[in-house]
Amino acid sequence: MQGGAAGSAYRGRTASIGFAHGPLVRVDAGGGGERVAGTLVEEALALRKAIDLASGQIADLAASAGGEAAQILEFQVALLEDEDLIEAIFASIGEGRPADVAWRSTLDGQIAEYNSAADEYLQARSSDLADLRDRVVHILRGDEGEPLKIPSGGVVCADDLPPSRFLEIDWSGGGGLALLHGSPTSHVAMLARARGIPMVVQLGAIPDAGATALLDGEGATLELDPSAEQVRVFEKRRESHRKSRASARAILRRPTASWRGERIKLLINIQRVDDLDDADAQYADGIGLMRTEFLLAGRSDLPDEDTQFQAYDAVLRWAGARPVTIRTFDAGGDKPVPGFTFDGEANPFLGVRGLRLCLARPEIFAVQLRALARAAVRGNLKVMFPMVTSADELEAGRKLFADIVQRLQADGIAAMLPELGIMVEVPAAALAISSFKASFFSIGSNDLAQYVLACDRSNGALAPLMDPLHPAVLELIARTAEHGRRAGVSVSLCGDMAGDPRCVPALLNCGLRELSVNASALAQIKQTIDRLSSGGSVG
Amino acid sequence: MLDKADGQIFTGNVRLVHAVGMHARPAVKLTKLAKKFEAQISVRVAGAPEWINAKSVAKIMAMRAAHGSTIEIKASGSDAEAAVAALVDLVASDFPDGAG
Repeated sequence: MQGGAAGSAYRGRTASIGFAHGPLVRVDAGGGGERVAGTLVEEALALRKAIDLASGQIADLAASAGGEAAQILEFQVALLEDEDLIEAIFASIGEGRPADVAWRSTLDGQIAEYNSAADEYLQARSSDLADLRDRVVHILRGDEGEPLKIPSGGVVCADDLPPSRFLEIDWSGGGGLALLHGSPTSHVAMLARARGIPMVVQLGAIPDAGATALLDGEGATLELDPSAEQVRVFEKRRESHRKSRASARAILRRPTASWRGERIKLLINIQRVDDLDDADAQYADGIGLMRTEFLLAGRSDLPDEDTQFQAYDAVLRWAGARPVTIRTFDAGGDKPVPGFTFDGEANPFLGVRGLRLCLARPEIFAVQLRALARAAVRGNLKVMFPMVTSADELEAGRKLFADIVQRLQADGIAAMLPELGIMVEVPAAALAISSFKASFFSIGSNDLAQYVLACDRSNGALAPLMDPLHPAVLELIARTAEHGRRAGVSVSLCGDMAGDPRCVPALLNCGLRELSVNASALAQIKQTIDRLSSGGSVG
Repeated sequence: MLDKADGQIFTGNVRLVHAVGMHARPAVKLTKLAKKFEAQISVRVAGAPEWINAKSVAKIMAMRAAHGSTIEIKASGSDAEAAVAALVDLVASDFPDGAG
């Protein structure tokens, strides 16, 4: 902060893209120091009041946040209402410990126990306990109680930030989040991306000074007390970011892509409902792949029917008349899910995964199929099964699905059997493609290439061999496309190849006319097809 | 501790069908339901040495009951019989929404 000199710049990791220029707001530095303990009675009263206040705050947060956040918070409220837990803390105060010390040591004990559990669900709950611990400690120390007041456009700087604190901040005036630690995969990073708040994590140590901040979520930098020159360069980057997005949208707004006079449908892949917040998503011809594994992640139990129905319904409402292809749970392989997938398989990529797993766990599969059957009446829904080897598996899945639809209808619940298709990712399915009575096919080129080439796609040593343009892979893609053309069944491709401009000419030459890519790649792929169509190179 | 009619102990067993075992959401539902009763209610995973207060979410979580395990429930007090029946039903029906 020397007058006139350039401000200091720090680099971290991107958690959410965007730009913020505003006052730096430090949160939670030091925690407000020590409090002076009172008598035993005063301490007990202080804790009782702090617990009541915390309980009210969490209930308010849950009510305004709703959904998944509300469920996370409900567990915290239940802990505050746990008399056994709370009585032990009052007993500790009765032995002469200050309220904050007694509270903290009991909660720390619980956190340590959760962290030592082999069970990852229990481990994940420890961050909820830490969130609760800190909230009550802050109230006891008198440095919390009112929601955080963040000036409009402020850059919030903290060591880490629990989800409940993020939700307390009013982000309507913009702003950004700069964390010294934290992770791009944390719950708070998901919330930031969903709200379009720029966020940079793992900035390391930052001096305890600074009044103004420039946060660049794209370059993952934080600049404190910038010089006029730094501000000028930052604003230039912000402007060029805005322009590049604007030009991408200009390409996207053009009429549908075509190649050699044939229409090419460009759809998007989504991992979760929030992915539809991407501004480019609206220009897609539909959703070619909605993965559903996000429903299984980061929670203490498997998602119930209504939770699932609401996610599917939200996507169908977004899509309107456009098609939405939802893939049933593709767990197993490199995606283990406790309580669902089988442990101890010697070779999980060749194990009980995808549809194989769902057929082996019909009680779990049935919940998803019920939610899908109810969603099918709400829009243009198609459902596909992953990791299918034989036509019998498709028929077994279809029978389960049809029975469920029949039972729902018998109970007077609106439901229907959607169009059923399969992922083509097992070489046997590609080779015997005509044996499947599917309404559509979607080629999963990542797994197809892995199985055809006999290369574990997570094994870096095999990267040179792992070539999706290998003639054997292209041969299977071409055969599948050719079968679809003759049988009048649509064939799309939803793997990484579709989003790779270098692969697009080969895919079009194989006969594919539908590609499904991440929303962020949509503009580039549309541009690639546009160039190929006008005789240009891929560029 | 048999004193008067209240001293009668009611028991029940139920298999935990919940796919991931007794985790946060089921535990919250179970303790919420237990608290609706006056009775003193204890649970344990079948054969475990210690009985656990069914109204303590922290202890229910720490019990770490796995999918497929059998939960034993015992209760004493004025509404003990109804309490056992309600809890057995909650676990057997896999903690439906709106319950508890």
